[in-house]
Amino acid sequence: MEKRIQVQEETFNLRSEYDHLRSVSLKVGAVVTFTGTVRDLNEDESVQVLHLEHYPGMTERALDKIIDEAAERWDVIAATVIHRVGDLYPGDEIVFVGIASQHRGDAFAACSFVMDYLKTRATFWKKEKTEKGERWLTTRESDEAAADAWG
Amino acid sequence: MTVKIVFFASLREVLGVDSVDLQISGSSSVSALISQLANQQSSEWLGILTAENIRIAVNQDLINEDVGVVDGDEVAFFPPVTGG
Repeated sequence: MEKRIQVQEETFNLRSEYDHLRSVSLKVGAVVTFTGTVRDLNEDESVQVLHLEHYPGMTERALDKIIDEAAERWDVIAATVIHRVGDLYPGDEIVFVGIASQHRGDAFAACSFVMDYLKTRATFWKKEKTEKGERWLTTRESDEAAADAWG
Repeated sequence: MTVKIVFFASLREVLGVDSVDLQISGSSSVSALISQLANQQSSEWLGILTAENIRIAVNQDLINEDVGVVDGDEVAFFPPVTGG
């Protein structure tokens, strides 16, 4: 399996990430990608800046483990996870997950699984700056439930 | 012998420090480190670091129970993650 894990301040290029996943092997028959972006409204407050902090080293290890776990459950030929850190603004891309498999069922499931696990296991923290001030986000129960649902 | 303690996100802001180098004699444990930190820094740290929602990692692996630590280890305390 081909793995690509990046934690970076700069944005990413969807086309080149997709091309990488597609071209890893001629066995690839499906590429599923997910991109997360910054919303301008969260819990009815207008978000001006979203600051992303992480634990360098541990974050990459966690993402590596999550991809390995996905590959144990489904056919994964290549996997890419890119997560941005630093100050982001509404409309910005935050996270990219891409999975290349032989068939679409595996690619869809693995992509969804990696995102659900990333949200509850990778060491990132978000702080929002709104008109009312700054606040650290707290874990959503729906995110925990989504990760737990994979068993 | 030194153990590096690191804090992240809201916890770092509450404590007002991002890392502490803690001197230990021989081997220690995470629970002993917390007591030592509370003695050295502030008694408030005890409640903050043992709060139910605080996660602990030793050498970048999450732990679910008290474990031993030795010279050179890195112990991290942080709130639940919110990435993605």
